[in-house]
Amino acid sequence: MVHFLSGVATFFSTWSNWTGSNGIFHRLAQHVEISAISVAVALVVALPLAMWLGHTGRGGFAAISVANIGRALPSFAVLVVGAAWLGIGQKPALLALILLSIPPIVTNTYTGIAQVDADQKDAARGMGMTGWQVLRQVEIPSAIPLIFAGIRTATVQCVATATLAAYVGYGTLGQFINEGLANSLNGHVELFCGALLVVVLALVAEVGLAGVQRACTPRGLRLHGRVAPAFAEDALVVPAVQ
Amino acid sequence: MGTGPWFSWHWVTQNAGALRSAFGEHVVLTVLAVGIGLAISFPIALLGRAHPRLQTPIFGVTGLLFAIPSLALFAMLVPITGLSTTTAEIGLVSYTLLILVRNIVAALEGVPPEVRDAAEGMGLGPRRQLLTVELPLALPGIMAGIRIATVTTVGLVTVTGLIGQGGFGHLINDGLENGFRDEVVAGAVLSVAFAAVADGLLVGAQWLLTPWSHTRRRARRAQRDTDPGRRVAADGDGARTLPAAG
Repeated sequence: MVHFLSGVATFFSTWSNWTGSNGIFHRLAQHVEISAISVAVALVVALPLAMWLGHTGRGGFAAISVANIGRALPSFAVLVVGAAWLGIGQKPALLALILLSIPPIVTNTYTGIAQVDADQKDAARGMGMTGWQVLRQVEIPSAIPLIFAGIRTATVQCVATATLAAYVGYGTLGQFINEGLANSLNGHVELFCGALLVVVLALVAEVGLAGVQRACTPRGLRLHGRVAPAFAEDALVVPAVQ
Repeated sequence: MGTGPWFSWHWVTQNAGALRSAFGEHVVLTVLAVGIGLAISFPIALLGRAHPRLQTPIFGVTGLLFAIPSLALFAMLVPITGLSTTTAEIGLVSYTLLILVRNIVAALEGVPPEVRDAAEGMGLGPRRQLLTVELPLALPGIMAGIRIATVTTVGLVTVTGLIGQGGFGHLINDGLENGFRDEVVAGAVLSVAFAAVADGLLVGAQWLLTPWSHTRRRARRAQRDTDPGRRVAADGDGARTLPAAG
């Protein structure tokens, strides 16, 4: 055990493990970059669509089905099937990450917009607001907590799936785990250190985005120490783990 | 990566034995994870309901566990528990906790207070109240949690293929290493199909466990069918012949 821990300490204190194309910095950058690009693309695709669906009240069934399919699709399988189709490297990783980021954003945004109180919308219309103004000034502000919850879920999921992308030849932090598992004799230290880095990154993303979510939530909507109800509509909002 | 067909019957028939054992492993890993997850979540949820102040730490910890990428969690356990079923199960169970605890707490809190008052008025103690009144009423919400946990676990089991377990994930991993497209596709499709079937079975189980949810509908239909009788009921005396609506 002491031997193992000193191995971990040596791994992190060896500068050459941090630099170069196989170093921590480069792999961390690849990991963050591909996650950020995927979430950004998913946002561009999913946000307008889900807002429109929620605003018109149409397509609820589709929005819910998308979420359920997203949960049932194993990300590992999507990655590997993508690699079988597009070849190994960045392409299958991007494809899988984008595909997996869309469902939580669509479902949460749709649910957030669609569940805005009908009386509020009527009042806004009665004040002479156009449909666009109702969406911008009433529906979106009320839906912000759920929209952000969707973005947060998608991001955390991307960070997780980017770990698996190492297996289709894209050098993220998961590559340390991949190499560690392949080296059954002395791989445990590298395996553990890679996993530790991924865990820290995922928790930073989760906690950081939770903070952003809180900061962006209009004050009147903040729930103080209350548990959000977890079933009925919210069952859809429970994210998929990857 | 990969050559060859996306699907071949020949491969399927040649590997029927391997498919069967992958299926068996997938079932065992999933059932164990959801079962153990339930056994842990239940007391935690009851605790959280009894002491609402504990809910914030409970959901904080289970939420953080949920955010840890599965491969990293498995990998961190490998130096301790090795490439074993135990490693897979620790990871899989920990992912079910957030879903199950959240749904059980919310489902129990969703029981109408009048019902609880009535049960108390009938002299039921807290334990009997929980077992005979609250749990049956909370069942749909709890079952929703079990369904989500099951479908999620079925997907995650494929990742355990990378630590030498995996059920259908073993096929995906093997196909990836050897460049066999048909094996990858078979593993992926079978995993998704298994998730769908498991979800369907749980819907069926819920239907069987909550007979009142459909007898009520039947009673309403019966009432509608005997509509002329309702006019008789208006006269006063026939009221007793009407079927009970509940």
